[in-house]
Amino acid sequence: MKKLLLALFLVAFLGVSVFASTMTVGLSVSTLNNPFFVILRDGAIEQAKVLDIDLVVMDAQNDPAKQMSDIEDLVQKKVDVILLNPTDADALVPAVEDANKAGIPLLTIDRSVNGGDVALHIASDNVKGGEMAGAYTVEQLGEKGIVVELEGITGASAARERGQGFDTYIAEFSGIKLAAKQTADFDRAKGMSVMENILQAQPKIDAVFAQNDEMALGAVQAIKAAKRQDEMFVVGFDAVPDALNAIKAGDMKATIAQQPWMMGVLGVMNGYLVVSGVELGIEFIPVPLKVITE
Amino acid sequence: MKNLQYKDIIRRYGILIGLIGLIIAFSILSERFFTISNMLIVMRQTSIVAFLGIGMTFVILGAGIDLSVGSVLAFSGAVAAGVMQSRGIFLGILAGLAVGTALGAFSGLVITKLRIPAFIATLAMMAIARGGTLVYTDGRPVTGLPSSFAFLGRGYIGDIPFPIILMLVTFVLAYIILKLTRFGRYVYATGGNIDAARASGIKVDNIIISNFAISGFLSGLTGIVLSSRLNSAQPTAGMGYELDAIAAVVLGGTNLFGGEGELWGTLIGAFIMGILNNGLNMINVSSFYQQVVKGIVILIAVTVAQSGKK
Repeated sequence: MKKLLLALFLVAFLGVSVFASTMTVGLSVSTLNNPFFVILRDGAIEQAKVLDIDLVVMDAQNDPAKQMSDIEDLVQKKVDVILLNPTDADALVPAVEDANKAGIPLLTIDRSVNGGDVALHIASDNVKGGEMAGAYTVEQLGEKGIVVELEGITGASAARERGQGFDTYIAEFSGIKLAAKQTADFDRAKGMSVMENILQAQPKIDAVFAQNDEMALGAVQAIKAAKRQDEMFVVGFDAVPDALNAIKAGDMKATIAQQPWMMGVLGVMNGYLVVSGVELGIEFIPVPLKVITE
Repeated sequence: MKNLQYKDIIRRYGILIGLIGLIIAFSILSERFFTISNMLIVMRQTSIVAFLGIGMTFVILGAGIDLSVGSVLAFSGAVAAGVMQSRGIFLGILAGLAVGTALGAFSGLVITKLRIPAFIATLAMMAIARGGTLVYTDGRPVTGLPSSFAFLGRGYIGDIPFPIILMLVTFVLAYIILKLTRFGRYVYATGGNIDAARASGIKVDNIIISNFAISGFLSGLTGIVLSSRLNSAQPTAGMGYELDAIAAVVLGGTNLFGGEGELWGTLIGAFIMGILNNGLNMINVSSFYQQVVKGIVILIAVTVAQSGKK
């Protein structure tokens, strides 16, 4: 957070002094057919307005080949900095190398690439998100209770990191017992069937943490079918519209929301700093998440 | 008399005039557009549509249509990448080309022997090859390709990107086949009037199967070049590319019902698509409007070409 404030201060300082001249930022988004990335783009547009710089947005429509061409075009346009939200971690490496060769600094947003020189990576901190889910659960339980966890696809980074954050946090409380931890592949139908099995095996459950909302919504179905909804509450992750509705209806207790708007803002801001010659001294900016309970 | 000549020029060269007009317009609107480095990039980007368009020209001249090129491209690229990982670049490329050719020939067989319309047969192949790609790759990109494989999609000979050279070589070979061989004449004859062609002793089934095999082969080549360019084979590669390829052929003035058209028209048509993609990016047109503009340009071009006809 300190670094963020420092960065904000520097932007304010630089903005009014030396670097008031025009600058062009190129933003290549994986797809604008997904509200998440539309909000990210809107955040970037807003921040570009604040800094009074030009922003060029390109939509790869989920096609890595189109995104590669878009990056080539941005390099030809000689933009000052490129913000890349890659469609694929491997396919865009040559594009990153193109930008490197042309001496144009490149930042990645939300997803990373597996090669080339990236000045800065900006993404949600899933470990932190898992911790927040753990903290919320522990608090609601009064530091005492039986917890069940539904895991995402084995090996997926989001699943690993969210689980790590949650597990580490609740392990510190001796009154909290993790009775079951099973994978349901981020899938709603699997979330339901896995939860059905857990409900059979566990006579008493106080809280369920699902590593994404889809599994949480599946678990809610299983819990309702078993008529045990008053016994336990469910916490999800991602804040998808269905989950927000479920929270409103009282079927889910909370979910962890990513902040795509903030990603867009931070992308443009840090792109601006990099072009202005500021040494960031960091390679990764974790975008804060927030707990949504209503 | 003069009016007739004018119409003739429009009909023959309207598409070329359109291309030059686009280049001039973009050059005025963006100073970075008409530079050597940008033109080379446009040509490299265009090569993908050009390969597919050249194959599609054979198919459409023979009064067919091939909706499967995007999926066949993905399958060939995936197989090439998969084989390459264990058996080396040469066998990988060979396997990719073989898969593409075989799938194309299979579509041709279904069309001629089972008498299923090309539209339906290749629509089915589109689904089969896309599904096959997902099965083969398990839905994940194939990565870890040999580093020297990068030459095909990203290498240079002198200052010229290799895909451009490959595109020109392919064009010249296809031109020779279409214009200077008996097979080429039979392609035109089959597409122009299939009954007349059959009556005059042309084995029209073989011509049609060959057309689809050529389209499949070039789809395979495209898949391999794309894998090299992207340093990986993507299971979703080439989605919607069949429409770009068909658009390039139609822009190039080839008759969608077969028998009439020129290969150079397809090349120009592909360039128009490439110039539009690049130029609209250069002048900051939002990606949503870009698709609208592309559609309108296709309509205008075809309308102008029609008006030149008697």
